[in-house]
Amino acid sequence: MSAMGMLPRDGGAPDGAQVPSPVRERDRVRDAPYPERPDPSPQPSPERERAPGASEAGEAGYNFAYLDEGTKRMIRRAILKAIAVPGYQVPFASREMPMPYGWGTGGVQVTAAILGRADVLKVIDQGADDTTNAVSIRRFFARTSGIATTTRTTAATIIQTRHRIPETPLREGQILVYQVPIPEPLRFLEPRETETRQLHALAEYGAMHVKLYEDISRHGHIATTYAYPVEVAGRYVMDPSPTPKFDNPKMDQSPALQLFGAGRERRIYAVPPYTSVRSLDFEDHPFRVQEFTEPCALCGASGHYLDEVVTDDSGGRMYVCSDTDICETRVAEAAR
Amino acid sequence: MTALLTFQDVAKSFTLHLRGGVVLPVVGGVSLSVAPGECVVLGGPSGAGKSSLLKMAYGNYRCDAGAIWVRDGETVIDVARADPRVMLSLRSRVIAYVSQFLRVIPRVSALDVVEAAGREGGLSEDEARARARTLLARLNLPERLWSLPPATFSGGEQQRVNIARGLIADRPLLLLDEPTASLDASNRAVVAELVREKLAAGAGVLGIFHDSEMRDAVATRIVDVTRFAQARAA
Amino acid sequence: MSTPLLSAENLTKAYGSRLACAGVDLDVTEGEVLAIVGESGSGKSTLLSLLAGELAPDSGCVRYRMRDGRSRDLADLGPAELRRLMRTDWGFVRQDARQGLRMAVSAGGNVGERLMGMGERHYGRIRGQALDWLGRVEIEAGRVDDPPSQFSGGMRQRLQIARNLVTGPRLVLMDEPTSGLDVSVQARLLDLIRRLSAELGLAVIIVTHDLAVARLLSHRIAVMRAGRVIETGLTDRVLDDPEHAYTQLLVSSVLAA
Repeated sequence: MSAMGMLPRDGGAPDGAQVPSPVRERDRVRDAPYPERPDPSPQPSPERERAPGASEAGEAGYNFAYLDEGTKRMIRRAILKAIAVPGYQVPFASREMPMPYGWGTGGVQVTAAILGRADVLKVIDQGADDTTNAVSIRRFFARTSGIATTTRTTAATIIQTRHRIPETPLREGQILVYQVPIPEPLRFLEPRETETRQLHALAEYGAMHVKLYEDISRHGHIATTYAYPVEVAGRYVMDPSPTPKFDNPKMDQSPALQLFGAGRERRIYAVPPYTSVRSLDFEDHPFRVQEFTEPCALCGASGHYLDEVVTDDSGGRMYVCSDTDICETRVAEAAR
Repeated sequence: MTALLTFQDVAKSFTLHLRGGVVLPVVGGVSLSVAPGECVVLGGPSGAGKSSLLKMAYGNYRCDAGAIWVRDGETVIDVARADPRVMLSLRSRVIAYVSQFLRVIPRVSALDVVEAAGREGGLSEDEARARARTLLARLNLPERLWSLPPATFSGGEQQRVNIARGLIADRPLLLLDEPTASLDASNRAVVAELVREKLAAGAGVLGIFHDSEMRDAVATRIVDVTRFAQARAA
Repeated sequence: MSTPLLSAENLTKAYGSRLACAGVDLDVTEGEVLAIVGESGSGKSTLLSLLAGELAPDSGCVRYRMRDGRSRDLADLGPAELRRLMRTDWGFVRQDARQGLRMAVSAGGNVGERLMGMGERHYGRIRGQALDWLGRVEIEAGRVDDPPSQFSGGMRQRLQIARNLVTGPRLVLMDEPTSGLDVSVQARLLDLIRRLSAELGLAVIIVTHDLAVARLLSHRIAVMRAGRVIETGLTDRVLDDPEHAYTQLLVSSVLAA
């Protein structure tokens, strides 16, 4: 399992030599092109690009991927613990990052800690590669590490995300890094951290269902549409970050490793590959994802999560895929 | 046959700690007993300790010396030393206590008050309800009052509810502390009749009746407590 | 006599040099209401916390007869077991409803929480039970979706009772449940507690400074002073013929108990 696979892959790191050899062996395998899914190489620019001016070594004066190696090791230890106890929130010594809280400082630290020179990074915000947050984080890593970036889900080895899971199914070896604002799913009911820890420790999750009960009593159905609580590996209840509940089923038994970083709240948690992730519900109000009545106005896909886009001042609107990569790919394929 | 209730050399005094520990003797050397079918009426002026004797038999007052034996089926229990739980059990099965005051329970109807007392005394729900209706009817409590809480009733009406409550179950020992004080002659006659029925069924009564008519109607024996009051100093 | 449901032996707890609870013995069993009375600072709230396992005693122990009939020392239960006991077999009605309720959660959610905590996952059944219990504590069904922040003091206490009793506990602890309420509201609440505890055969330990409350509700009473139980027995006997000087003072200080 890729608990080991995400150990340092930047061979140039000063402490790289201390990593035991089987890990390095696996790293080599992992960094090699995936035989079952060869790079669709003759693709144009979005596939792999380097930031203009960025060297292989990254921005001068900064360590590879910005964070110093000591910090990375501290974060990696937290990540390993998180993987070992799926869904459990591991405290870590979150660092100040050159961006404000709320802009993904948790996710950025996790990504920085696991990034290797051979990695290909994709960053999305609300499913899109071209929003400010996504662009600036992608550029941040391109400049500080010199690694390749991409907008292609299939080409990426690490995908940092805010609010979405790509529509394209993830595969083994890929790592999805979530930016998390509030990691504690019980917080809305229980403001005391000591008490929520106790509740997690004893798996006392009755209160979690109170939230869903309140939804049904108010709206007739479970109206929680994002940050919908899940139970991981039959044990810890976890906040999947503000992703729409539409994406919850994608977390279940995913071949990819999923890591969650909350910078301000100083917590890291994880869902290892092929782990059960069950959305909480009631027997008579089972979990259901959002359904869209019409297909994407651009690529015609149905079964994707759609964003409403206002097109003019007179109330015109259309629904398009929130995942810009899959939408553009489908449009390009259709044009061919 | 064993007596239902036996006072054996009982003494009682009150120590008033708030008045420098002054000791007020109440009774001393009390020995008396009540056999099945017997109605023993306590006589003597007020302050002689009549009510205190009833309250001791009910466990409501402590007993300083001696023993108060109450028959419970095949055994006898010393109420003066009984554990509170034993006392509560005796009260629910063996000893009925009717005072002249109804301790009002808010918001519960007269009929329910009486019925609940019957069920506490071991009657089935149906039996309790039937007996409650019969008793209230015999005691001439207007039926329109049955469904109302007794808090708003007149003194006499409350007292009849209280009597019905005390007599509904088949407890063998009745302690009656002026239960008819505010009743008119016809209702007193009803109470006398109810008491005689209990006696005929084998119950024993220890009672206080200031009204001589009532006393004559039910008493099988009168015990003057003045002699216990005189002995209290001893 | 059968084993009591709960028994405390020699419970002692000191805060620094001050003994908040000194060598307290007591027990309570099903169908029995025990009142603990005393003025503020007498240690009655500390005693309640010790009984509830919220505070660890310096010495002494609290034993509880579990549903399987075995008597266990609360100190031997793990935190998980203790908390499960608290939210299934025990109830705790607090003086301050804000500590006993989730003020932002609807009345139905408040009552349903313990059921969900026990693993009930059927919304319809949870709501049905919540409505049933709201009815039993005389809260109209129309208020089921209102949060207790919109309720009066008396309703909040009744809601606390419903929230606690929904899982069919055998022991209910109450800490001054009627204080701060209007007299008429108090009477209604007392009547409700009396009726439910008798109907359900609950063991109740109620802490109160109000002797009238103790007289109306309890079978037995324990009078506390300076951390000690100085007099105990049948409620009416202790109140009508108090033995200890302090109890006499307490009884004589009330207008009509």
